[in-house]
Amino acid sequence: MVTTTTRRRAAEGSKSLSLRLNYRTQRYLFIYLMLSIPLLYFLLTRLFPILYSFNISFREWDILSPEKPFVGLDNYYGLFEDEAFRKSLKNTFFYVVVGIPGQLAVGLFAALLLQNVKLLRGFFRTIYFIPYITSIVAVSWVFRWLLMPNGWINGQILNLGLPAQPFLQSPDQAPYVIALSMIWQSVGFQMLIFLTGLEGIPKMYHEAAHIDGANAWDRFRFITLPLLNPIILFSAVIAGISYLQSFAHIVSMTQDGGPLNSTRTLVYHIYKLAFKNFDMGSASAATVILFVIILAFTLLQLKLLNRKIDY
Amino acid sequence: MNRIFNVTKPLTLLAAASLLLAACGGNNSDKTDKSTSSAATPAATTSPTNTTAASSDSQEKVTIEYWQYEYPSKVALINELIKQFEEQNPNITVKQTNFPYDQYNEKVATLVPAGKGPDVINLYYGWLPKYVSSGFLQPLPESGFPKADIENKYYPLVNASKIDGSYWAIPTAVRTLAVFYNKDLFTKANIAEPPQTWEELVEDSIRLTEKDSKDQFVVEGLAWEPGAQLHHWYRDGLLPQAGGQDLSEDRRKILWADTPAGLEAFQYLIDFAVKHKVGTTGVFTDDVTAFKTGHAAINIDGSFRLGSLATDAPDLNYGIAPLPSYKSKSAPSSYWANAIPAGVTGAKLDASIKFLQFLTSKEVQEQWVDKVGELPAQKEVATQDEYLNDEKLGPFIRQLDYSKAHFFIDETGERTLFVDAVNEVLLNKVPVEKAFTDLVAKTQKLYDDYWAKVDKK
Amino acid sequence: MNPNTESIRLPDDRRLSRSYANQAWLILRYLLLFVGVAVTLFPFLWMAASSFKEPKNLFDLSLIPSPATWNNYGDLFVKAPFGRWFANTAGVAVVSTVSVLVFDTIVGYVLAKFAFPGRTIVFIFIISTLMVPTEMLIIPWYLLASKLGLSDTYAGLLLPGLISAFGIFLMRQFMESLPSELLDAARIDGLNEWRVFSSIAVPIMKPALATLAILSFISSWNQFIWPFIVLQTESKYTLPVGMVYFSSEMKDNSGWILIMTAATVSVLPLISIFLIFQKRIIQGIALSGMK
Repeated sequence: MVTTTTRRRAAEGSKSLSLRLNYRTQRYLFIYLMLSIPLLYFLLTRLFPILYSFNISFREWDILSPEKPFVGLDNYYGLFEDEAFRKSLKNTFFYVVVGIPGQLAVGLFAALLLQNVKLLRGFFRTIYFIPYITSIVAVSWVFRWLLMPNGWINGQILNLGLPAQPFLQSPDQAPYVIALSMIWQSVGFQMLIFLTGLEGIPKMYHEAAHIDGANAWDRFRFITLPLLNPIILFSAVIAGISYLQSFAHIVSMTQDGGPLNSTRTLVYHIYKLAFKNFDMGSASAATVILFVIILAFTLLQLKLLNRKIDY
Repeated sequence: MNRIFNVTKPLTLLAAASLLLAACGGNNSDKTDKSTSSAATPAATTSPTNTTAASSDSQEKVTIEYWQYEYPSKVALINELIKQFEEQNPNITVKQTNFPYDQYNEKVATLVPAGKGPDVINLYYGWLPKYVSSGFLQPLPESGFPKADIENKYYPLVNASKIDGSYWAIPTAVRTLAVFYNKDLFTKANIAEPPQTWEELVEDSIRLTEKDSKDQFVVEGLAWEPGAQLHHWYRDGLLPQAGGQDLSEDRRKILWADTPAGLEAFQYLIDFAVKHKVGTTGVFTDDVTAFKTGHAAINIDGSFRLGSLATDAPDLNYGIAPLPSYKSKSAPSSYWANAIPAGVTGAKLDASIKFLQFLTSKEVQEQWVDKVGELPAQKEVATQDEYLNDEKLGPFIRQLDYSKAHFFIDETGERTLFVDAVNEVLLNKVPVEKAFTDLVAKTQKLYDDYWAKVDKK
Repeated sequence: MNPNTESIRLPDDRRLSRSYANQAWLILRYLLLFVGVAVTLFPFLWMAASSFKEPKNLFDLSLIPSPATWNNYGDLFVKAPFGRWFANTAGVAVVSTVSVLVFDTIVGYVLAKFAFPGRTIVFIFIISTLMVPTEMLIIPWYLLASKLGLSDTYAGLLLPGLISAFGIFLMRQFMESLPSELLDAARIDGLNEWRVFSSIAVPIMKPALATLAILSFISSWNQFIWPFIVLQTESKYTLPVGMVYFSSEMKDNSGWILIMTAATVSVLPLISIFLIFQKRIIQGIALSGMK
């Protein structure tokens, strides 16, 4: 009797011990097993391709021929001698510089308008959001047609007795048209992000400032903006990346990034180098440059917007 | 699709890993590929007649793939022709693959590294130098397509596909540019005849232009779209007509600026938009739409437009006239030609040669005129009375004798430079002389780069 | 009656005038909001209206088509394989959505609910891939795909979008709200980790899964640059890619009315999905913006 109970007890003890051990290993097994496929996947589809781009960027390779001789930095030199490439860098920079503040300002403005509105709030939010979920290609063709010399917009302008505008036909106006159409498409998204941020600001801050006699503009400047800082950072990064990677707009709204390369972006130029000129080496070199820019851009934004603001 | 995907996914990931490692290390497999194909090519080309005979005796079935761009009437005709060809050659099956016209060049090129490739391919003649210099094509076998034969039978413009002394592609049909004029608008402006000289073209287009109270075009005297056909008009029309020359004999030097004719022709072209203001870029969306919808009285366009005008604007009352001339006559021409890629050997090569011979036969050229509306590439076929007396086809064909086809080393690149030069004047108010000098210098650079690459090989 | 009346009336007046100002301000707000609505919707209205015009009336600037016709919709499906493109797009979107759902949910769950060595590094690694946009990777992806023989195949098209870093981030945010006590209770009941995940966590997270599913369906539906590069033959195109080719071809053939019809057709299904699920979509997006 005694022996059997002790034995049973001992058995139970060892069982629970092995269970616990089992449980730990099982847990780690589960964790690493679950993570292994996704990690491998990201290595293969994100990290390795970047390394591969670096490799190809030092080689001369037209897609049709089988050889890829090593040429050192020639592709990079070639790019900086290439007027269209320099232009595309400049344009991309322009889109970022004009586009980010544009998106943020319009998005924040819309959010502030909608902030305390109760009636039809959901309606506005939904409508503003529609462009964000529609295909850029379809929308771009609509814009292209609306903005034609004989298009609807020029029709209205002429009816007002003003001179017709060239819009996408003019190297001066076309970049703004592209930047604006991207703002149009992102307002809903930016507004939503800002609305979430605004809701996170405790009401008492505003009430306290109100009692202290601060006017609306001051309250916006000294309370809303600083407290929105993390949201602004997030939005700016998202907006910036959307401009750095703009491609579909250029393909659909312009004639080959024109007129006079005024709308050509870096990504479009990469596409042209690779698939129209079949110059994979230069295209890869341009990709590496884009990578460096995106990295620098992200770090810079983190630094600029993460500064602590003292009161 | 779901099924394929599920099977391939795990494999893909594995393969991707090994591939990336291999890709970083170098490309041994590719090199062997090339050496075998280039070794096989001359062997196959030396005795194609024997092998052709041999293969037609054997009962072995061959499937060849034909690639061309998507154009409804062309696709339909090729399907019909394939049927005829397969009836004559029961051992051969031809598979047609189509790509969108706008992206044809890159879609084709992007499939090549993937190891997919056609046995016969339809290419714009202006792309040939690039395809030839990268080793993608093989010269047309002398036995199947004797050089002397080509030079006798075809219009001289096919000379543009002769590189390094051999022909690399052969067209079924060719096209020239001519004046498309809207007869109703001519009647309305009291003009009896289409313009025949440079001066008349300017006068007529000014008279034909109509603007509304807000100074907007109602009718463009001359549709003006440099990126469409006007750059061809300049190189092979206006420039030689003014007494200038396009390219040096060895195709290495751009001679536009060597005589005053180059600038004169360039100025003439630009004046339509800048000085006479009879038309400009982007109005009524583009030149073709403007002409189709009756918003342009004259358009310089190609014979390939006849088909789409017939279907899209059946009521349009228009006529065709030869291009206006100046010191001499000259008209731009161009063509899509069929070529055989370097990797095609053995029975497939024989079948491809047969198919290509069929595609360039007299019967097919005649069907081509009827169904697609392009002009026969062989003189004998084109100059039949039936075509010469055709009100629409006649003017195009009569120009073929003095037509020219510029030797492009980079069709898109050269066109872009031309459009940019014109836009510099039009939009940025750059002086015409400066824009022209830049254009010549930049185009020359394209040529220098191309030849530097070719000479290196 | 009260000595304080005077002093009370004064703020009263002020309040009154303030409420007038408020009202004016509110009206202005609504006015601006409606202007915004007009700017947002006009391109869609124009597109839809144009799709009912006769193709030859392409320079007609009126918003109401007269005569109106349905023919363009029929023509569209004759002139280009829009039906096929539709099916391709939907198929690709469904497959990639399922894959994203499976992987992103698991990874999000693991990252949110387990403490283990390397968790932060893994998280940062995954999130940092968000900084590498698709557009940057097209060249190596294309080279990879053609090496593997996946150029011009759906497998090649799907490859880069099978797991989404954004989705992982989103699921992690959602999963953090999952009560750990509940999971522990299940573990004490003897469920293994996989069962804890699949029969406890997943059912509770159904709304979050739905949000992720809709978001990834939308982004797959609209993806452009990669399909544009990897697909070559016309019959394999997705809608945005087909739309580009169709439009650039139609543009040269005066087919602007058909282009607008195509745009309408390619945009409508997604807008309908959005309007049906808009609460979930908006919630999901908003969540991604929260810290």
